[in-house]
Amino acid sequence: MWEYTDKVKDHFLNPRNVGDVENPDGVAEVGSMACGDALKLTFKLDENKRITEARFKTFGCASAIATSSALTEMIKGMTLDEALKVTNQDIAAFLGGLPQEKMHCSVMGKEALEAAIANYRGTPAKEPGAQIICECFGVTDRDIERAVRENNLTTVEEVTNYTKAGGGCGNCHDAIGQIIERVRAEARPIARPKLSNIQKMKLIEETIEREIRPSLKHDGGDIELIDVVGNRVLVATRGACAVCKASDLTLKHFVEVKLRDLVSPDLVVEEVAP
Amino acid sequence: MKTIYLDNNATTQVAVEVMEAMLPYFRDFYGNPSSMHSFGGQVGRKLWEAREQMAALIGATPDEIVFTSCGTESDNAAILSALAINPDRRHIVTSRVEHPAVRALCAHLAVQGCRVTELPVDKEGLLDLDQYEKSLTPDTAIVSLMWANNESGVLFPVEKAAELAHDRGILFHTDAVQAVGKIPISMQANAIDMLSLSGHKLHAPKGIGVLYVRRGTKFSPFLIGGHQEKGRRGGTENSPAIIGLGKACVLAAQHMERENTTVKQLRDKLERELLTRIPKSRVNGNVANRLPNTTNISFEFVEGEGILLLMDEHGICASSGSACTSGSLQPSHVLRAMGVPFTMAHGSIRFSLSIYNTEAEIDFVIDKLPPIIERLRSMSPYWLPGEEACARA
Repeated sequence: MWEYTDKVKDHFLNPRNVGDVENPDGVAEVGSMACGDALKLTFKLDENKRITEARFKTFGCASAIATSSALTEMIKGMTLDEALKVTNQDIAAFLGGLPQEKMHCSVMGKEALEAAIANYRGTPAKEPGAQIICECFGVTDRDIERAVRENNLTTVEEVTNYTKAGGGCGNCHDAIGQIIERVRAEARPIARPKLSNIQKMKLIEETIEREIRPSLKHDGGDIELIDVVGNRVLVATRGACAVCKASDLTLKHFVEVKLRDLVSPDLVVEEVAP
Repeated sequence: MKTIYLDNNATTQVAVEVMEAMLPYFRDFYGNPSSMHSFGGQVGRKLWEAREQMAALIGATPDEIVFTSCGTESDNAAILSALAINPDRRHIVTSRVEHPAVRALCAHLAVQGCRVTELPVDKEGLLDLDQYEKSLTPDTAIVSLMWANNESGVLFPVEKAAELAHDRGILFHTDAVQAVGKIPISMQANAIDMLSLSGHKLHAPKGIGVLYVRRGTKFSPFLIGGHQEKGRRGGTENSPAIIGLGKACVLAAQHMERENTTVKQLRDKLERELLTRIPKSRVNGNVANRLPNTTNISFEFVEGEGILLLMDEHGICASSGSACTSGSLQPSHVLRAMGVPFTMAHGSIRFSLSIYNTEAEIDFVIDKLPPIIERLRSMSPYWLPGEEACARA
């Protein structure tokens, strides 16, 4: 049984704005019966170009119906530019959260909204050149890229929860993994502000604690942070690592790579005598 | 709110008589049945009685009964045993509609190098015996086919299939978790080598299962440990649950006729009335050849989770083969194997009854479900009022 919030239940049991707007200004249908959920969104603008009426028809589970209902409530009174700023996270937050496996319902809401606005403006709904990655659910590389970017996703499973991509035959898992890597590689320089020395040291400590020590301990080794001097990270190896002939390799290819990846690309790891 | 429980293929209520039979073995007679003292020994004698009761329900002898922890363990034990005692055979024949306890295990074994043939079913969920026969090879270690399907209730001709396997010297296992207690089974009258069943599907508690192993069948244990179950399954016996299962077997034998008359009539009434009252609905699976307690009905253009949650508001318990309830984003593998169209598969509901259901409960569901479907359809972009008119005309 899914753990739905009271607000999700309320919007499922008492959905707002079910139906079709008469003579709508914008209309869109996203999803398909084969995929298990589909949403038809219609809206009308007033003389100030604000959304005065929005209605939905949804085929899908309780959370698909609840997110559709929430979406129509949220965008009422907004200009189209304001409405375009609504993210799938906003829709989920409006409902007090959704189970991870149901986040794709909020993504469907966001897609319907964009498509309906594009329909009104006469622009193509999907960016040109998008390629289908997931054949089972018809999800494109652009859809996946955006979900990864906007929701900071890191695993294929998360991408499936948010977009459904990869939830069928599973043949596209590698392709999804590559998209995640690509998007995260782009995002890094922008997402990482310049660190003060104290922040850097703290982040290095946390990264060693969280990302590095568990793997080393798994093989009977361990590592200790001794000091950080500029970009030099001074460490001492312990346990199996201290006597391991390959520990230099471990430091360069695992510890340094991890720290460069997660903290700063200029870091150099050096071993000091214990 | 009263609970109307129509999800007995998922699990059943523990019968009051079963509960009472078990309680002393939690409270007072907690001895280990393997102990030398009479305090433990008396439990051992009671376990033997339960073993006899279990054997009687399926026409077996007590020494052919191996108690396990659940149906899944029994399935795993059977298939892995067959591979262990036939080290030169690496082929498994099974079907596309098996329970995950068999299906996921076979998928796992396929990764480890076994060759697995998953036989298809037709649109009514039936097996093609000719195709089955052709799939048997000298390399086949075991056939595992379920007796009754948990989602559709459709029965496989396992007795005939077991003979065909035997003719070729191949072991035959059946997952009879849904069949035991609902239809008559006599192991004396068939050639099946191993059969799995689960206590909690027949009003015994969860945590107790059985693997029937035909006398003379070579067996390699799954749980290796003590001498329990004649070395066929290590681990101290779950005595209260075994005693409860024994009692449940006695009750199941007594209730077998009611299961196939009263329960069947209630199931038929539920099905007939829902199909009449709700346009664009249909039954999944062959109606003539299925369990007496199960019906799987699809309501077109709506999604199962919504139906379940709205029924839940009335205390009605059932289950669905829709994607949103399967946890996998795709509708149930059983419905897909049967080629049920997506428009139907997502809106499928399985009702499974027991002897504890009453006609008043069935009438309540017949009354409550049509407006639920109508309400969800009114929200569905695929439902056009015209279609309803057509369907009714």
